[in-house]
Amino acid sequence: MSEGSSGPAIVVEGLTKSFGDVRALRGIDLSVPRGTVLGVLGPNGAGKTTAVRILTTLLRPDGGRATVESYDVVRDAAAVRRVIGLSGQSAAIQEELTGKENLELIGRLYHLSWPDARSRAAELLEQFDLVDAADRPAKTYSGGMQRRLDLAASLVGHPKVLFLDEPTTGLDPRSRLGMWDVIRSLAAGGTTILLTTQYLDEADELADTIVVFDHGLVIAQGTAEDLKSQIGGDVLEFVVPDRAKINDAVAAIKPLGEGEPHVDPDTGMVSVGVGSRGSDALIDAVRSLDAAEILTHGLALRRPSLDDVFLAITGHATDEDGQQAGKRRGRRGRPSAATDPKGRTS
Amino acid sequence: MTAVAAPQMAPSLPSLPTRVRWATIDTLTITRRNLIVWYRVPTYIFFSVIQPVIFVLMFRYVFGGAIPVGNAGGYVQYLLPGIIGQTAAFASFGTAIALAQELQKGVIDRLRSMPMARSAVLAGRLVADTVRMLITILIIVGVGYAVGFRFTQGVVEAIAMILLATVFGLAICCIAAFTGLAIGDEESVQAFGLIWLFPLTFVSSAFVPIPTMPGWLQAFAYNQPVTYVIDTMRALAIGNLPIQANLLKSIASLAAIFIVFAPLAVRAYKRAA
Repeated sequence: MSEGSSGPAIVVEGLTKSFGDVRALRGIDLSVPRGTVLGVLGPNGAGKTTAVRILTTLLRPDGGRATVESYDVVRDAAAVRRVIGLSGQSAAIQEELTGKENLELIGRLYHLSWPDARSRAAELLEQFDLVDAADRPAKTYSGGMQRRLDLAASLVGHPKVLFLDEPTTGLDPRSRLGMWDVIRSLAAGGTTILLTTQYLDEADELADTIVVFDHGLVIAQGTAEDLKSQIGGDVLEFVVPDRAKINDAVAAIKPLGEGEPHVDPDTGMVSVGVGSRGSDALIDAVRSLDAAEILTHGLALRRPSLDDVFLAITGHATDEDGQQAGKRRGRRGRPSAATDPKGRTS
Repeated sequence: MTAVAAPQMAPSLPSLPTRVRWATIDTLTITRRNLIVWYRVPTYIFFSVIQPVIFVLMFRYVFGGAIPVGNAGGYVQYLLPGIIGQTAAFASFGTAIALAQELQKGVIDRLRSMPMARSAVLAGRLVADTVRMLITILIIVGVGYAVGFRFTQGVVEAIAMILLATVFGLAICCIAAFTGLAIGDEESVQAFGLIWLFPLTFVSSAFVPIPTMPGWLQAFAYNQPVTYVIDTMRALAIGNLPIQANLLKSIASLAAIFIVFAPLAVRAYKRAA
């Protein structure tokens, strides 16, 4: 944490931006305290990237205002650029250059002397476990290594505020976990981080505070726990191995739940919110399913995941655009459970 | 650090000379990067070195015999200035494709979010492409000398011809920079972004004397900038025409291209999203 400076690292008030008829941001408010990680969660097209582009001075907002480290992103754009780092959805590195050359080049563009640019590059290659690959062209790197190099490049100028736009999109699970470790250690070092993601588990893992974007608005914010408690209570969940019996199972447990049960047709997973009736609901479920002679696996009560939260708040699953939505997928195809409370078509 | 909630005043901008110095250094850094990339990609080397050489040899020995020219020294003397002009124009493909690629990959976003001179990306691209073009031109002159071409008007004229070809190529690169940034998609740029260059360079005096074309095509071929420039280059190289005949038209059309397309390219860069 930077001592002596008060006030949040990022402040956003009433930010709006349209592209033609598309209202990408419809009045966003945010505040990110110094040294914390904000997770911006939302599906494709929710406005996450537009917000990041405005905060990193790449795009001018239509209305509202935003400051980063107290500098206005429009009026003091040059000052903002001196205190931020940006790592985008794809690795913005030069593939023909080696990892070392990429970082030295960025160092030079931050106006470091050649010796300083070299030592900063060496430091970052060490920190990001790229020393062995330092002298290979970046195009020979794996996807995870390219992202790490890209993230390293965004840190060359010692940014106080780091913007990570979907840092793990497209990475395999192992690289993703590696990326999480790196981000955690940056956060532990006191860097303020704004991270966008479509992955609910990612926000849950990394962020101190989460805001949920949908159609250009912040529709929910709080800690992961706050958001989970918004859907009010526990979720009863089980798998029906015999797919032919799924409808019977839904009929059997429907009276116990609050609202419609959700079915994942791919996995045969059935889940239903049971409010505060927790263990009573569990016992009732065992009885009803047994009476209906339905075999189940893994019948259990669990705390709601952010996936449940997203479904409850927006009325549609996060993966409506066919994007992966973290560990639990395939909620779509159950239109009755996803009736949109605001009458939108997704 | 002061404890303020209101926006703090930005630190005052560095003085103008400092900013010019940094803009120059940033431009050179980007130039250096672009040249390293060019040097390391075999395809780029092929297109900027091998392909023009193949063109020279093909036109000199395959098509050349069938093309009647009136100048002293025969077709090889006619060909070389033309092929240099055509090569300079086609160098712009590299400009358009590289900028579209950088835009698509997010490289330009990364650079624009950094406290570097904003002009440097575009300037560094154009400087690198000009260096690359100049190397190609010198190689073609070398190959030309090997197959019988000779400058006949003197050293100053020869240098002037090479300079004119370079400035011409740079003008076309400005158009290409605008096209690449405005289209912003590598494959589209490659497919049709610069398709207009083909009629412009081939329907000119570059490879064949215009009187051999049908009348309706002559009207276009005589009155377009590529012919003005190449006729001037030819006058400088082999003295088949008076230089003045096309020099003013060349300067005027190149100036017009810069005046229109340099600001358009800068605007497309600023707006690139």
